[in-house]
Amino acid sequence: MRIVIGQGSCGIAAGAEKVRKALLNTNINKDDISITGCIGMCYLEPIVDIYDDNNKVTRLVQVSENDAETIAQFVESGDKSLLDKLIVSDEDSEFLTKQTRIALRNCGILNPEKIDEYIGAGGYEAIKKALTEMTPEEVIDVVKTSGIGGRGGAGFPTWFKWNAARSSEGEEKYLICNADEGDPGAFMDRAVIESDPHNLIEGMLIGAYAIGAKHAVVYVRAEYPLAIKRLKKAIEQAKEKGLIGNNIFGTDFSCDFMIKAGAGAFVCGEETALIESLEGHRGMPRLKPPFPAQSGFWRKPSNINNVETFANIAWIINNGGEAFAAMGTEGSKGTKVFAVTGKVKRSGLVEIPMGKTLRDVIFDIGGGMKTDKDFKAVQMGGPSGGCIPAELIDTVIDYKALGATGAIMGSGGMVVMDESTCMVGMAKFFLDFTAKESCGKCIHCRIGTKRMLEMLERITKGEGKEGDIELLEELCYSIKDGALCGLGQTAPNPVLTTIKYFRDEYEAHIKDKKCPAGECSDLIEYKIDADKCKGCTLCARNCPVNAISGTVKNPHVIDTDKCIKCGKCYTVCKFGAVVKE
Amino acid sequence: MDSKKVDLSLLDGVLNEYAQVKGSLITILQHTQDIYGYLPKEAIELISEKTGIATSEIMGVGTFYTQFRFEPVGKYLIMLCQGTACHVNSSELILQTIKDELGIDDGQTTEDGLFSLKCVACLGCCSLSPVMMINEDTYGSLTPDKTKKILKELREAAQ
Repeated sequence: MRIVIGQGSCGIAAGAEKVRKALLNTNINKDDISITGCIGMCYLEPIVDIYDDNNKVTRLVQVSENDAETIAQFVESGDKSLLDKLIVSDEDSEFLTKQTRIALRNCGILNPEKIDEYIGAGGYEAIKKALTEMTPEEVIDVVKTSGIGGRGGAGFPTWFKWNAARSSEGEEKYLICNADEGDPGAFMDRAVIESDPHNLIEGMLIGAYAIGAKHAVVYVRAEYPLAIKRLKKAIEQAKEKGLIGNNIFGTDFSCDFMIKAGAGAFVCGEETALIESLEGHRGMPRLKPPFPAQSGFWRKPSNINNVETFANIAWIINNGGEAFAAMGTEGSKGTKVFAVTGKVKRSGLVEIPMGKTLRDVIFDIGGGMKTDKDFKAVQMGGPSGGCIPAELIDTVIDYKALGATGAIMGSGGMVVMDESTCMVGMAKFFLDFTAKESCGKCIHCRIGTKRMLEMLERITKGEGKEGDIELLEELCYSIKDGALCGLGQTAPNPVLTTIKYFRDEYEAHIKDKKCPAGECSDLIEYKIDADKCKGCTLCARNCPVNAISGTVKNPHVIDTDKCIKCGKCYTVCKFGAVVKE
Repeated sequence: MDSKKVDLSLLDGVLNEYAQVKGSLITILQHTQDIYGYLPKEAIELISEKTGIATSEIMGVGTFYTQFRFEPVGKYLIMLCQGTACHVNSSELILQTIKDELGIDDGQTTEDGLFSLKCVACLGCCSLSPVMMINEDTYGSLTPDKTKKILKELREAAQ
């Protein structure tokens, strides 16, 4: 029997380490307790999997340290009824069974800190096959057949980039992994590195062999300390086994690995800015061409791919390009991982074949809304993407189809919103982000995002003017035209898509000075519904400015002149008597 | 912290290892911040001397990245997540609660040197949103009451 505790960052934040320590304090044999990475059912963390001797798993969810003794009793007696309250429901199990996991195939199963588990699961066979049976050109051909596109968001064909870097002249080349996962609401790459670092290393080794690079570099966000720790450990282990270093598998292929921690700058997800940062400079994008394939890190030919792209490569080499291309749509092959969060019932990591619909992800797998409000929109692609409204819920997951909505596939962040989310507020949220993260190189991006943010702030305060929407649109297009890199070119997308699909909400803010979602505090008034108010005095006692009056057991009243709209009464009321208007 | 107390010998190891390795400025600054909790002026001058990179350039790099600080922080550094999922799940309420409880704004430290507040980009624990990290620990599914309780407990623990 093995007891395995899910220990990705989310799991640890939810208390998984406390559970592990509590289990170690029981009578359970310590050697039987181990860890795995992110299982992906983030909403049920902490998760404990119990494998019996036939490797059949019993999954326990939302486990606390107080459950450790119960688990120990089960281990001793084998009485499964002890675990009734903890065992995952059939409905929740479907969250995983409905997925097709390729990039995440080992996540939540293997111990990320043990190379032997990865090798035991067929790991490092793909690089062996590539080095001993295939030429670099053949590797590129298989990747071409698979049809895989860059999973960082743009979907540019991976084989094309590899081929360009391979064809570039020069002895010294670099293979770089972009693990600067900066989109707020996206955590797929972190999960892959924390849960299956050897899969990333193997994919990168194959890429390095294909383009002829002797140096591999991983650029990881500094905000991901656990990912950095596990990747470092994995690199050490791979070195010890001779899988990184000189003459790998006895061939003349040699490759070293280096980790560089980012320092917190969203723009460094742009490949030329990333290279500047790797070289120790401010992360400001370079003019293209020359492209990194010709002149990249230290001005040498370089190839940059995203974590999830590399996480698919070993599988593709093992199973063939055709097997990968058999999944998906005409223009988008294989699977895609999404980080589904927000107002959705089941949040976590979802990997599904391209060609499924947004409805499949949000309702079928995600279980729909966790609130009693209706689904309003889903935000995809972070600050570069857009909001897709409820009426387009049947949009197919495909680079082209999603692009046609005005949003983008993006790296995989999917933030679900219900009717309580203000779409103008959402646009303001992203502009606040891009205005702060603009590196300042291009005037349109630097000043344009700031001016747009100011306008959106005015609108959400009820100071919007006739013509603001048109002016916003005009600014959007000039920023798109005037910015050098992807950050600026896509920064207007959240504004453009919300204007496109929720124009009436902008108009309500500007003309009627109302926020239909009830989120913009300057545009709402709190009132007490006398029929629902029980006179419990809780709101009056919590009001910081004494704006609520009334006596016990009698309906209370808010003095709107005194009210500062902090919303405290709204959150404390147990009877739903405080309403926003 | 009194600037006279900056012990520059602590930097010897880092500078011996990286000063002559090209492209290492960010790595050096990260180690420096790990040692002192921020980037002291004296350390920047020493790094400049050992690497040959002008202090103006070091400041340029240091101010570009949000990770770097030029002032010491409190005993507890509160990093409040500003990601999309946290935004949708009302992180604004949590920010207001912290500001009210501690009387400080984003980027400030309480007078007693106990708490510093920093709004940060997505911490990646979106399913637990709204989320904050205090030093190494992550706190999820925050409500104003839960936040107040956490701050109170930390304050008591420090006394």
